Amino acid sequence: MTAPPFLPGPKAALAMLGAAAVVAFADLYLSTYAVTLLSLVMLNVALAVSLQLTNGLTGLFSLGHPAFMTVGGYVAAILTYPVRRKGFMMPDLPDWLATAQWDLLPATLVGAAVAALLALVVGIAVLRLKGHYLAVATLGLIVIVRVVINNLDGYTRGGLGLSGVPRLTGPWEVLVFTLLTVGLVWRIKHASLGRAMMAMRENELAARCMGIDAFALKLLAFVLGAFLAGAAGALTVHLVSVITPGAYGIPLAFSLVVMVVVGGSGSITGAVLAAIAISLLSEFARPLEEGLELYGLSQVLVALGLILVLRLRPTGLFGSREPAGLGRPRFSGGTS
Amino acid sequence: MSAYYLQQLLNGLMLGSLYALIAIGFSMIYGIVRLINFAHGDLLMVGAFTTLGLASTGLLPWWAIALLVLVTGALSGITIERVAIRPMRGAPQVTGFIATLAVSVVIENGGLILLSGQPRTFLFPEIMRSRVTIGPASVAAVDLVIIGSTLLLCVLLLLFVRGTRMGRAMRALADNLLAARLMGIDVDRTIMAAFAIGSAFAAFAGLLWGGRFGQIDPLIGFAPGLKAFVACVIGGVGSIGGAVLGGYLLGLAEVMFVGMLPPIYSGYRDAFVFATLILVLLLMPNGLLGRPEEDRA
Amino acid sequence: MLTLAELVVERGATRVLHGIDLEVRSGEIVALIGANGAGKTTTLHAISALLPVRGGRITLDLGEGTAKRLDRMSPAEVVACGVVQCPEGRQLFASLTVLENLLLGAYRRDDREAVKRDLARMSELFPVLGERRNQSAGSLSGGEQMMLAIARALMARPRLLLLDEPSLGLAPQMVDRIFETILALNREGVTMLLVEQNALAALEIADRAYVLETGRIVQSGTGAALLDDPAVRAAYLGLGA
Repeated sequence: MTAPPFLPGPKAALAMLGAAAVVAFADLYLSTYAVTLLSLVMLNVALAVSLQLTNGLTGLFSLGHPAFMTVGGYVAAILTYPVRRKGFMMPDLPDWLATAQWDLLPATLVGAAVAALLALVVGIAVLRLKGHYLAVATLGLIVIVRVVINNLDGYTRGGLGLSGVPRLTGPWEVLVFTLLTVGLVWRIKHASLGRAMMAMRENELAARCMGIDAFALKLLAFVLGAFLAGAAGALTVHLVSVITPGAYGIPLAFSLVVMVVVGGSGSITGAVLAAIAISLLSEFARPLEEGLELYGLSQVLVALGLILVLRLRPTGLFGSREPAGLGRPRFSGGTS
Repeated sequence: MSAYYLQQLLNGLMLGSLYALIAIGFSMIYGIVRLINFAHGDLLMVGAFTTLGLASTGLLPWWAIALLVLVTGALSGITIERVAIRPMRGAPQVTGFIATLAVSVVIENGGLILLSGQPRTFLFPEIMRSRVTIGPASVAAVDLVIIGSTLLLCVLLLLFVRGTRMGRAMRALADNLLAARLMGIDVDRTIMAAFAIGSAFAAFAGLLWGGRFGQIDPLIGFAPGLKAFVACVIGGVGSIGGAVLGGYLLGLAEVMFVGMLPPIYSGYRDAFVFATLILVLLLMPNGLLGRPEEDRA
Repeated sequence: MLTLAELVVERGATRVLHGIDLEVRSGEIVALIGANGAGKTTTLHAISALLPVRGGRITLDLGEGTAKRLDRMSPAEVVACGVVQCPEGRQLFASLTVLENLLLGAYRRDDREAVKRDLARMSELFPVLGERRNQSAGSLSGGEQMMLAIARALMARPRLLLLDEPSLGLAPQMVDRIFETILALNREGVTMLLVEQNALAALEIADRAYVLETGRIVQSGTGAALLDDPAVRAAYLGLGA
């Protein structure tokens, strides 16, 4: 095997430059709405790619991303929240938190770390079992996180949600985060770690016989995915300046799964394209839904489309592959 | 036993009955196709709205409505199996799971579109609201109806799986797929029957749920569905007896949690249920009555 | 009774049977022997319609000039035609009772009275099954499980019984008993296709036999003839020429 691609291939470099150009253009000429939309699309890309690591490459089935985003978002928001309003909004905070007002970067890292810690606890409990237990446990986790945040109103303002979170995230921060996420997952996929993950996805018993510690590998993929989701949550909160306990829930979990499946389980390119397409679609479907008063229509259509994809092309648009020229060695993983 | 504890016990049995009714279907379906049907909880909603629709016409007696709800549930289950599960047979397990998740999204959002998200008041005959005195406690008649009809359905199901050819075929299929095919068991038809029965039970739970809690909306199925799954895990996924046992244990535990702890913790009710799930998975992944089973695509 | 002609079968992307011809006549015991991976079990799975047939035909002659193509049927339809398999590794319904296992053997039958009589007959043939009728099948010993597996297949009233490795994993005395049973059943008129790795025991009771090697029939003849064949003796019986 050739060395993992430390440098992006020519097309990937071009795509990165293109993304930067789009962000620069939007930043200079477009409305705040357009810039926010662009940032949210990029965050969805990062979320889908990080879920691709957990679900696509490793073959787990986690629905927990919204829970990790919520945790990362709340933790970071509490850390960056203006001190002068903290006493009023979050009266129960201990002194050291009540007087802290951090920058975005450390707050995001801590938020992500707390999300990862949560994933570690759940992962240790569930990842030794068969796949679907993880799905149900992570779904339960979404409910647990929502209920706990709702009830800890002295820290989180409960069901009212936290508004007035400082807008510290701009499109450039999001771009850097998204590129880092995609780059990280890309490198994992094309290193021996990623090959071990895919081997395990295809045949866990065989992978174990080759000396792969399946449990450790699953735990790593799950915790790393949660870390990235937590960071995405933190960035999102500081982009839209508000977070509520139910802001990220089952519908988002479903959308992310759709992005991974439609893009092709294991294909990073597929996840990126599917994330862009589905985010834009649901954004543009919103005025239509409101006009027709058919709330939920886009979800129904996406779900029906998903069933169709599963029936007609169960490996998704890209299977596990990446188009040639994106990285250095062309890699084709298992596609079954 | 003081009136308070008897009251709590009856509440727990009532809630446990509802969980058990949903959990039975989860377990039957899992036992045969080794798949968690995500849309299963939504059949509760289908059952509740079917009841409401039929009852509001005022034309049918209650026994006929109950029968029609069972039939509607069975037909919904069969449809789900045909659309989203049968075509995925042979694909990786995750595929079937995602497909049922998509069905759940379709049912819930379809419900929102057709019925709107406004909660509706559920009409149950006045007599159900009357109180019945049992020893020192007094309970709503509807609670007794829930407990009684659940027990009746459980007994009928037991007679079915033990005593009929189709019931035996279902258990055979859950036990050993290869041998079941070699005995000439029609796998498709048996799977369909399992979906029909399990889904009918869940829809019937919807009728009872609406009657007990008085308000329904298109998303009511989600939380009870997920909790019923927790009940299955407690009892041992794949075992019908385990599902019933797990349902009652979970119902009693939930009522105890709310009733016996200081009121400030009662908001954590749902968190408690799912924390239980994670704890049970950690400590006894096969549940109380389950046994380790082979994978099946 | 059963004819395989130019049978080609694949498992996934791998071709396992490369066009085999085989015949079982009414009243015979026909043995199919060969090494691990030669395709013996695959042949039986194809007959029982558990695997799709890629080429060739499987024909069941029902006498009186009627014949049926088994290769286009579902497993259930094959059983309904009276071709019943007693699979490798027994494959009992371990959590069900002995009685329930037997009743499932008769799943395709509607003649309740006759099923009852057959249940009584199984208790005569295998007294231990009658004693343990309400015990779960998983609690039986290996030999008892094998008897239950054969009895369960007989409950379907097979015209043709497909037996896959009946001696596998059994103690030597038990193997003798099972083969005696097979021979006795054959004398009562049950036609059998027997797949065995224990080639010596299989050839001793077989009327005719086929040798399968990597998906092809390389030799056939009467059981006695193959027992004397130097190549067969060397390769499958572990005996000198």
